This record gives sequence, C-alpha cells and structure tokens, in this order.
Amino acid sequence: MTEYNSILKADALTIAYAGAPAVRAVTLPIYEKKITAIIGPSGCGKSTLLRSFNRMNDFVADVSHEGQIRYRDQDLYAPEVDPVEVRLRIGMVFQKANPFPKSIFRNVAWGPEINGMDGDINLRVETALRQAALWDEVSSRLDDSALNLSGGQQQRLCIARALAMEPEVILMDEPCSALDPVSTAHIEDLLFELKEKFTIVIVTHNMQQAARVSDFTAFMEMGHLVEYGETDQVFTRPTETRTEEYVTGRFG
Amino acid sequence: MNKVNPLIVSDQLARRQWLSRLFKHFCTGVTFLAVAILGVLIFQVSVAGFGWLDWQFLTSFPSRFPEKAGIYSALVGTLWLVTLTASLAIPIGVLAAIYLEEYAPKNRFTAFIEVNIANLAGVPSIVYGILGLAVFVRFMGLERSVLAGAMTMSLLVMPVIIIAAKEAIRAVPSSLRQAAFAVGATRWQVVRHHVLPSAIPGILTGVILALSRAIGETAPLIMIGALTYVAFVPEGPLDEFTALPIQIFNWTARPQETFHELAAGGIIVLLAILLLMNATAVYIRYRGSKR
Repeated sequence: MTEYNSILKADALTIAYAGAPAVRAVTLPIYEKKITAIIGPSGCGKSTLLRSFNRMNDFVADVSHEGQIRYRDQDLYAPEVDPVEVRLRIGMVFQKANPFPKSIFRNVAWGPEINGMDGDINLRVETALRQAALWDEVSSRLDDSALNLSGGQQQRLCIARALAMEPEVILMDEPCSALDPVSTAHIEDLLFELKEKFTIVIVTHNMQQAARVSDFTAFMEMGHLVEYGETDQVFTRPTETRTEEYVTGRFG
Repeated sequence: MNKVNPLIVSDQLARRQWLSRLFKHFCTGVTFLAVAILGVLIFQVSVAGFGWLDWQFLTSFPSRFPEKAGIYSALVGTLWLVTLTASLAIPIGVLAAIYLEEYAPKNRFTAFIEVNIANLAGVPSIVYGILGLAVFVRFMGLERSVLAGAMTMSLLVMPVIIIAAKEAIRAVPSSLRQAAFAVGATRWQVVRHHVLPSAIPGILTGVILALSRAIGETAPLIMIGALTYVAFVPEGPLDEFTALPIQIFNWTARPQETFHELAAGGIIVLLAILLLMNATAVYIRYRGSKR
C-alpha cells in the first residue's frame, strides 16, 4: 500500500463528545484519487471520523480531539488553520440531500461566489452539473427551485455544489441511504468518474456498496479501526475475525 | 361484550364515544363563546361610535365641544410612537435573537439571559412606565417626548420580538446551515444568505404582533406623562405627544355621554389599525409558508 500517495491522514486520532470517546486512537491514511469506504455498525464512529476531516465537528458542543489529522503536511486542527479554508479544499455531501431553497443555478453558484472564485460562473455551474451527471436533466430549467427535483436529483445537485468548489477531497456521509436503487446506481456510477479528479471518502452502512465502489475499505467498530486495506482484501481475505463476521453479515 | 359479532358496539365503547362527542361540543362551545364576546364588544362600540366616524373626526384636534372634537393629534402621535418604537425595537431585538441563536455559547450565563428575557415578556406594562419615567424622562432628560414614549415601548415589546425571532431562527433546519458551511461560508454568510431569508416570515409575524401591543398600551404612556389634551401634532421626536389609547381613556373619563360616543369612535379607529396589522402578519406568514 505504500506506493500510494496519502493526501489526508488521521494519526492516533481520538474524538470525544463530552468526554465520551466516539473515535479511539484511529490511524488511517486516505489515498489520493482513490475511493475509501468507511464501514461499520451504527454508532461505530464512522460519521464522526468523516466529519472531523473537514472540521464539521466544530459545530458540535463539547467535542474534543486528541492526535492529529494531517492534510498533506498541515495539521488541520492547528490553531492557525481557518476551518473555512479547510472546507474549501475538502467538500462534503450529506446523508440527506440538503439543497438550498433557491434555484438550481444558485445552489451551485453560491459557494464559488461567496468565496470570490474567478472565471465564468455560468461555465463553472455547467461543468459541475455535468460532472455530477445532472446537466442533461436540468439544463433547460436552471432557474427552477431545487426543491422541485427528485430525491436522487437533489443529492446529485448537492454533489455538483461540492464539485463547483473544485475541492481536492469530497467526503460523503451515507449519500445513498435515503435513495432508491436506481438513484443509488446513478451515484455509484458517478463515483467512478469522479475519482479521476477527486479523492473520495464515503461512509456507508451498505457493505455491497462499499465492495462495489471503493478501492480501500476501513472497518470500524466501537470507535476502533478494526481493519484497513484494499477493498478486495478486506472483503475476501480479512485478517481480523470481527471483519469477516461483519462483511459476511453475521452481525451489524 | 358480544363475542359472536365483534363489530357490534359494546356499552363500554358507546360510553367512550359519547364522552368523545361531548368533549368536541364543549370545545366548539367555548370557541364560539370567545368569538361571541368579541362580536358583542365590536357591535356595542360600533353602535355608539360609528355615527361619529367621518373625515372631520380624523382630522380635528380634541375640543371641549364634542361635535368639533377629533383624534388627529392622537392618530399622528400613535403613528410617531409606532414608527419610532419599530425602528428601535426591531433592529435591537432581531440582532439579539441572532446573537443568542447563532453565536452565543450554550452555557449557564446565556441560559440565564434567555430565561430572563422570557420573564421580561411577562412584566406588567406599568413597571416599564415607571422605568421609562425614571430613566428616559428624568435621568436622560427627554421630558415627556414621543422619543421617551417610544423608548419605553421598545423596552416593553423587545422581549416579545426577541422570543419570536429566536423561535423563527431556531426553526431553520441545521442541515441548511451545514450545507452552507460545507462550501466554505463564514458564519455571517450563512446567517445573511440562508438563516435570515428562511426566518423572515416568522420574525415579521412576531414583530407585527409586538407592535400591535405597543399601539394598544396605555399605562406606560400615562406613567411617563403623555399629554391628555393636545392641540398640536409632534414635529420631531423630542416633541410632546398624545396617543389613541390615551385620548380614548380621556374621553371615557368625562361625565358627558357624547364624549363616550367619541371614545367609541376612537376605539373603532384603534381596532381597525390593529386588525390591519394582524392581517398583514397573517398574510406574510401565508406567503412565507407557500414558498
């Protein structure tokens, strides 16, 4: 695994809510332009870990971190780091599609605009919508409210919104858990194309999805990272018995 | 219990259904009683005062002679009072609500502040009058000006505005804030572009209800010494003034029957303004919910 380039790395990371640890001493490198899946039963700390990668945990009261998260060579939680800058480089797609109650165009254009990004905004919106495989469906009605889109379209719009920022890493927190199988397949196809340009970390409770889309898989349980490796190996030749029990569906 | 055909209503169920219907009729009756009382009030006031409602009534100053008397100074005074109160209480109240919901850390101190804002909303208005008299009229030397009245009224309605605005801001889903933060927005950009636009119908409803209360309040104005007989209109915020409820109070206190009818006319004007404001609140809420 050493031939890959790690862009993000949790290093002995412990995250606690009000003193109760949710993530315990996790060391996890995220490799550039790969898809990394984090799987595990509910409450295992996978979402907490994901949200620490772009400092979305900052909004939770009484959260504390130990250890480090390094983005290239920078500690993300160093005092001189501005979390807004972090989120420009590391975007996020949430479990439930959360478009702004504005037009389709405004949803994608807002992020680049408030951050003063250069270039033709129309082109940027179109590129992002094309990358998210949504352009053909919405190009004729960009001024319609985003809330009129279907659930699957809304989630792809949220992906386009993240892509428009040209981040290096995109974090996805169970992005398909509220979608039907067809929309899910759409987004999984999309992931394969996106990894040409972006690094993707996806939290999922759907093991088949992890097996289908990811290059690397991390299995977490009760805050611990139980096993981490290439997806193929984790699913077919796991080294830990807990991993084997989980991926074969014996618990969880 | 009828075991053969379980769909036949048992005695026990019949009793429960009867109780259920009784409760429905009871609630209906109480509702209509409340509306009926309001109806009687409006009817009585209309009978007494409607004959006095004309252009002359709206554009004349008060007078010793009922046929020449009008509410011009009180109406203009009330408009001054509400405008000044709005421009003081709305910005301060809304900003306080934004601070408490979006910025303030959740600790004992802010919890203490929030509880006390709720308590302030329940303080009798005469107490605000005493405070206004001591601080604005005497200590700050604003005399019996419409500004002193508006500052007193602002104190009175500010808790209501803060509470309504807090509720409206809290109702904005946190997923919307997270979406905005995730594309690199600062707290101010999140508030300015997403939280406030979503919360504005709720905020405005609260603001209008609060201002309706300010229009109807009498006690604090009497306390700070708003005049009861005014033959001029205020030309600036430091001028003396009177207001509709004071004028009504003044006329009701006179022995002559004709002045009581004038008071009824004043009440109709006051009610009309209140209903207009409440209708605006309903309309804004309706438009906000449709979006």
